[in-house]
Amino acid sequence: MTLTLETRDLTIRFGGHVAVNSVSCSFRPGELTAIVGPNGAGKTTYFNLISGQLSASSGTISFDGRDITNLSAPLRTRAGLGRAFQLTNLFPNLSVEENVRLAVQARSGVHYDLLRPWMARRDLIARADAILDQVALGSRREISATTLSHGDQRKLEVALMMALEPKVFMFDEPTAGMSIDEVPVVLDLIGRLKQDKTKIILLVEHKMDVVRSLADRIIVLHNGQLVADGKPAEVIASPIVQEAYLGVTPRSAA
Amino acid sequence: MMILSGDPPRSRALSILLVVIILALLATPFIFPGAKALNVAAKICIFAALVASYDLLLGYTGSVSFAHTMFYGIGSYAIAIALYGLGPNWTSVAVAVAAGLPLALLLALAIGLFSLRVEAIFFAMITLAVASAFLVLASQLSWLTGGEDGRSFQLPELLRPGTVFVGKEWFGFPVNGRILTYYLVLTACAAMILALLRVVNSPFGRVLQAIRENRFRAEALGYRTVFHLTYANCIAAAVAACAGMLNALWLRYAGPDTSLAFSIMLDILLMVVIGGMGTIYGAIIGAAIFILAQNYLQALMGIASTAATDAGLPLLPGLLHPDRWLLWLGLLFIASVYFFPTGVVGRLRNRPPAAR
Repeated sequence: MTLTLETRDLTIRFGGHVAVNSVSCSFRPGELTAIVGPNGAGKTTYFNLISGQLSASSGTISFDGRDITNLSAPLRTRAGLGRAFQLTNLFPNLSVEENVRLAVQARSGVHYDLLRPWMARRDLIARADAILDQVALGSRREISATTLSHGDQRKLEVALMMALEPKVFMFDEPTAGMSIDEVPVVLDLIGRLKQDKTKIILLVEHKMDVVRSLADRIIVLHNGQLVADGKPAEVIASPIVQEAYLGVTPRSAA
Repeated sequence: MMILSGDPPRSRALSILLVVIILALLATPFIFPGAKALNVAAKICIFAALVASYDLLLGYTGSVSFAHTMFYGIGSYAIAIALYGLGPNWTSVAVAVAAGLPLALLLALAIGLFSLRVEAIFFAMITLAVASAFLVLASQLSWLTGGEDGRSFQLPELLRPGTVFVGKEWFGFPVNGRILTYYLVLTACAAMILALLRVVNSPFGRVLQAIRENRFRAEALGYRTVFHLTYANCIAAAVAACAGMLNALWLRYAGPDTSLAFSIMLDILLMVVIGGMGTIYGAIIGAAIFILAQNYLQALMGIASTAATDAGLPLLPGLLHPDRWLLWLGLLFIASVYFFPTGVVGRLRNRPPAAR
């Protein structure tokens, strides 16, 4: 059975405000889905609902054949949902290596081992170092995460998700605020992930060139609602996207 | 290095300081005569372990607990009640351990699961409430705890001062059950501190630090942080209870003022902060400095005051009068927190390379 991730009528209300409104969508492995929409459209909230940081007001989420709507965030991560956050979300005073090592440790299911020193688990350290090399942070492993440049922090954020070896990769604006020469490292990484046809990849991104070059499919959120879903070329050309991004409808433009 | 769990002091000055403290504690019965020196040394040992266990909570997980003296008290009272009620023998000690430890663990588990789910402040409030209730309970249940007077009891034969192993002729004083008790306390406390050092440097301990740094992210990595925090709370409670048991064995007494009072809670907090949070070693340094100051500052000031009077200096004799020792103790703490915001250990470890 192939991997599936599906949200059905997924809704969350904050008081009177409906941030995500009855979004039904399913994601398939081997397909990179870009989620686009203007600021405040509910993209990150939708991500938070899927990865469990927020719980839905109504609707369901199913993953890998089971209903995960009521599962806590840690358990969803263990089930295979990986998340890289939009606002960099690290362990600031721990070393870069330790940040990743903690993620590797979580992936290895080492939770309550308190009888041996952490250094005895050389395998976890080696794995963390290998992942740091993948995101070109190998030379920074000793310094604390908070002293990294913004771009490097974004890369570390991605490295944490890589270390979890998830079945679903959720990138939330992975290149936001990065300098031009740093962007390719992350894009190459996502490109390489795409080669593995068993993974589901979700990407929230504002930069249309990035979306165009990576996405196999685009869904558009607007005011919390799913307003378009399809091949990149079609979706980008559709009036609803033109309106959402350019603030004009074909009619009012005429 | 394995005994230190791969976390050595990492500073020459700190290593020397620790070695001096440990050697002094080891040799106290033989180089510092008198009951007071031995009392102070035993108190340093017990508090070093107690403070180290509190450091596991405050320094490593970042949760503020006010219930630590409650667990300390549970240990103390378990020993006192058992030895008082069942007679001075080793069976009573075993009963105390078998009853006291699970009680402390159960309470820590309940408090943890109930309050560590939510925000840190809630945990602090709950521990404060439970600890206050426990203090009232201990002083009200006079038939069991002896109320405000506490419980005095006799130790098993082996640990009594009257039990002499080596006569006066060898060291000029008898090596007796009291000295054996001291080494029992010292060994047990050293073992607990080394165990805590292992815990904080284990994969589990690393997760605790991650939770302190960013709990939200730790959850997103798949760590169910409530369980980690509760587990840490239970370990800290167990060590505190053991320290309480040693305290009662040493004093041959348990009462509200020696084990449950909130002033002890404040002392623990001060020792953690002075020594350095999140280091474990800080507990040893903090306890040594604090308890030495508490016990000898007054005497020292007496000497200084008399000397100043003899020298005919103005104002100084009054300022240094022994009755003002609490003022100076307070100033000492303010100065230490001001000059060593990361504690003595933090200061020594972060010395600039030029000072090597």
